[in-house]
Amino acid sequence: MNDIVEGMLSAFRLIFSLDADLFEIILLSLQVTLTAVIIASVIGMPMGAWLAVNRFRFRRLTIAVLNALMGLPPVVVGLIVYIMLSRSGPFGVLNLLFTPTAMIIAQVIIITPLIASISHQAIRDLWADYHDLLISLNTTKRQRIFTLVKDARRSLLTASLAGFGRAIGEVGAIMIVGGNIDHLTRVLTTAIALETGKGEFAFALALGFILIALAIIVNLAIHSISKTERASNW
Amino acid sequence: MVSKILPLQIKNASVKKRGKKIIGPIDLGISDAGFTIIMGPNGSGKTTLMRLIHGLENPREGTSTWNSDLKTAQLSQSFVFQTPIMLRRTALENITYPLILQGIDKNTAANVAHKWISKINLEASSNLNARYLSGGEKQKLSLARALATNPQLLLLDEPTANLDGSATKEIEKLLQDAHEAGTRIIMTTHDIGQGKRLAEDIIFLYRGNIHELGMAKSFFQKPVTREAQAFLRGDILE
Ligand SMILES: Nc1ncnc2c1ncn2[C@@H]1O[C@H](COP(=O)(O)OP(=O)(O)OP(=O)(O)O)[C@@H](O)[C@H]1O
Ligand SMILES: [Mg+2]
Repeated sequence: MNDIVEGMLSAFRLIFSLDADLFEIILLSLQVTLTAVIIASVIGMPMGAWLAVNRFRFRRLTIAVLNALMGLPPVVVGLIVYIMLSRSGPFGVLNLLFTPTAMIIAQVIIITPLIASISHQAIRDLWADYHDLLISLNTTKRQRIFTLVKDARRSLLTASLAGFGRAIGEVGAIMIVGGNIDHLTRVLTTAIALETGKGEFAFALALGFILIALAIIVNLAIHSISKTERASNW
Repeated sequence: MVSKILPLQIKNASVKKRGKKIIGPIDLGISDAGFTIIMGPNGSGKTTLMRLIHGLENPREGTSTWNSDLKTAQLSQSFVFQTPIMLRRTALENITYPLILQGIDKNTAANVAHKWISKINLEASSNLNARYLSGGEKQKLSLARALATNPQLLLLDEPTANLDGSATKEIEKLLQDAHEAGTRIIMTTHDIGQGKRLAEDIIFLYRGNIHELGMAKSFFQKPVTREAQAFLRGDILE
């Protein structure tokens, strides 16, 4: 119990000390995760919409694979990305290993299936609702997807937030491909792992509380943005 | 002026679902003017026949031939569904949506939509999300959405089911206005009184087949078949 109280207190102390290193870590966490969420959304949402609207041969199989990929173990993703990016790997020449870009790549791979799958469900439900009307109005496939994505935007936001939640707390993959290098690839989760390993529990816990607070703040911020947008229409 | 899509000639068409024949084989001509009401017991195939006419149902066999090319025909007809399908948008945007699809610019579409919103007395709710509208308001809104594109053919599937007298009256007025303006109307109803008030022609469906077809007056006064007689008496038909 004492550890937890001590952790909270030092979390506050850390924040109010305006520690430059800490802010660097927080900023990198946000930068990596938000970039990954945006890229994964741009890939995953149309993919989910496309899967919802189209009938094709291996549709069920594709959806099953997608759902299975949601449970992809981050460590395995990290390992594969590591091998791909390492000097002897196919993308070795790009020199991306142990950079924030490598971390973004790993996170995109981890959360794209999640975002695509949640988007697919949301759009499939809306499509079931809209189907006859949109067919009756002679919409083209493009118009259908555009309408569905637009009208399901709040569920899609939830999909993005789920992706954000998974990515911001992820440690296994980014530890492997980022290397937890101070001032370069150290983010909150990898810092927590490091401090825990060193036995600095209070400090690790402080970072943990900051991580949780960050996740809550981002969720609230996005929620309030969508609410102001809604006020006029909903 | 777009070319005329009617008359429509349906020949030897039937619809099957899961191996079961739902309607047909049916031969039916739809002339370019008039107000036809399709009647028949639950499950007799009224909705399916309307969907077949509209092209939402692919016939297992048979043909539909429009006076115009298919594309024009598809663009010049509107369907009002038995349960209103509302876009999760404002009432106003529900009306502008098909207009914008047809390439009408946003301002013109908004003007048209405002006109229709006031025709159906929904001004106060024009910026409300359509899912918050009452059942009757939704039905009026989907009728307005269907009429706003100025269709040559309007198909309505029980547009006044579950509505009270005054809401029914409002909708019937809109339908009569559209009819007078030259819109070809085909609708289904369970309300015999409504059939008498609105119909010029009646199609009586029974077990997926056109059992009786003709002028409304003679159908209501001297129905020919036993099933139609029983239906009009209010007997329960299987
Ligand atoms: N997708 C489907 N699969 C199997 N049977 C179907 C399907 N759709 C409709 N049917 C059947 O076709 C028959 C006709 O249905 P339809 O909806 O056209 O009847 P209806 O005359 O409109 O009835 P109601 O007055 O209840 O609206 C019904 O027996 C129904 O169960
Ligand atoms: Mg029906």
